[in-house]
Amino acid sequence: MGSACKVHGWVERMRVDLVIIGGGPAGLAAAIAAREAGIENLVILERDARLGGILNQCIHNGFGLHTFKEELTGPEYAGRYIEKVREMKIPYRLDTIVIDLGETQEDCADHGEEAGRVNGESGGRRSAAEGVREQSRGGRARKLVTAMSRKDGLYTIEAEAVILAMGCRERPRGALNIPGYRPAGIYSAGTAQRYVNMEGRMPGREVVILGSGDIGLIMARRMTLEGAKVKLVAELMPYSGGLKRNIVQCLDDYGIPLRLRTTVVNIKGKERVEAVVVAKVDENSRPIPGTEEEIPCDTLLLSCGLIPENELSGKLGLAMNPATNGPLVNESLETGVPGVFACGNVLHVHDLVDYVSEEAAQAGRKAASYLQGNLPKPQEEIPVRVGKGVRYTVPGAVDVRRMGETQLIRFRVDNVYRDKNLEVCLNGKPVSSRRKRMLAPGEMEQVVLRKADLEGVLDLREISLQIVD
Amino acid sequence: METILSPEKKELICIGCPLGCNVAVELEDGQITAITGNTCPRGADYVRKELTDPKRIVTSLVRVKGGELAVVPVKTVSDIPKGQVMDCIRELKAVELNAPVSMGDVAVKNVCGTGVDVVVTANVEKGTSCIEE
Repeated sequence: MGSACKVHGWVERMRVDLVIIGGGPAGLAAAIAAREAGIENLVILERDARLGGILNQCIHNGFGLHTFKEELTGPEYAGRYIEKVREMKIPYRLDTIVIDLGETQEDCADHGEEAGRVNGESGGRRSAAEGVREQSRGGRARKLVTAMSRKDGLYTIEAEAVILAMGCRERPRGALNIPGYRPAGIYSAGTAQRYVNMEGRMPGREVVILGSGDIGLIMARRMTLEGAKVKLVAELMPYSGGLKRNIVQCLDDYGIPLRLRTTVVNIKGKERVEAVVVAKVDENSRPIPGTEEEIPCDTLLLSCGLIPENELSGKLGLAMNPATNGPLVNESLETGVPGVFACGNVLHVHDLVDYVSEEAAQAGRKAASYLQGNLPKPQEEIPVRVGKGVRYTVPGAVDVRRMGETQLIRFRVDNVYRDKNLEVCLNGKPVSSRRKRMLAPGEMEQVVLRKADLEGVLDLREISLQIVD
Repeated sequence: METILSPEKKELICIGCPLGCNVAVELEDGQITAITGNTCPRGADYVRKELTDPKRIVTSLVRVKGGELAVVPVKTVSDIPKGQVMDCIRELKAVELNAPVSMGDVAVKNVCGTGVDVVVTANVEKGTSCIEE
């Protein structure tokens, strides 16, 4: 037994082909796709008491238009996937938090044979996939997933591949530098959503919302329907970060004002929020003196952006993309560590769950290919660069050999653009252009690359996207 | 949201899907004569409906007794007139279901006389909720 194994040797050790960290929309879709691609021995680890992730508290409709061609609520959308996971008998562990992620030393490669398996169905029998894998990949390091739960205690799972599907969390007040006291009555919009929609409690009666992200807009309507008075939604930027349909359905329908280029500059009240002071901001987002207005309220909700939850990715030392706060991935959604894939909001924050499911299914299929020895090591990763007007792309690199006939590139723009062209360039030369009536940072865009186009370029060094007139 | 550009021209944002198309409508004597800017037929349907008979799907909660959660989410099976949304919410406030409840269970039949049922959109098993009252 190698030294790296000894550290973990005192706890129960299991072996699986694939661990999926997170049982929200990304984890569920990834697990289903991996099982459909032939991976028998996998497990989903979920921190909450139920599968479904954040969808459980998103009781509004509008989910699944792309996937199911009908409008579902969050719990219904999650329900479709949860049902499938149960039908397929994909093992999952609830109330289980992953606290560490690492790799074995190569000399540990044979050690796991004696250890138990998470999936009883597979018994102790070595799967065919495992044989192929060991031949084709030699002594490639395995992943060590250290998890903990009240029921099972602390244990380590040794896995051939890992899919990161941990989702994201909300930017808290501390990250916003709002001056003022710290009274009760300040919540992130998602926390308030959980209180209202899952616990049936009201956080307050007179509400100001800072940030016009989708959760903030949805909560403006939700609080109004529950009898609260939403006095204002303030947005720092000159445009809303939320979907247009949410501005129409959640604010306009109820006459809730949205003030752009406005922020909260003070919170008043010692025990409980009594008022917030809002002010206009200049083009550098700095408050303009003299524009302050005090708005009496008992609650301030913050909907100021989401941050992918990548503490575990950090433990593996994954290279990150500063524009997304998610790991850098290639065309297979594989991170810098072979066999570790990422999908959903931990990779980059999505606005539609349909795209999360789609992306996660791709990660599931690619993880399956990896496990079955059908995903060659990346050799020539061509970087996808962001040109004018583009904030980021996922993936950030493409290995033409490993891509399918087509490759989807998701991206966001850095500002609101009307009637512009989206241009794809290879080695700096435009190869395709598409007219866009409207581009906004709040709405994720996508473009499809064709393998034939990429192969047609001699000495391809760079793919780039840009917004031009 | 509707922007009135002139008595004969209005611009609406379609809410049929997340694209949120800006759809321009031309009117003559209150009759729609042209619809432009929509990327799909749903956009035209939406503005026609929005200008004549606006409707919304309502999602909210009803109380649950003896469940692992104290509330369960519900929705109207189809959209109801926009003007009746608050009435629908009031009617739902008076409802209490007994656990267990399952997705698809009817919470209220024919809510506010709209002919539309309100159904449960999640499962709540029997148990003790975290709220002790």
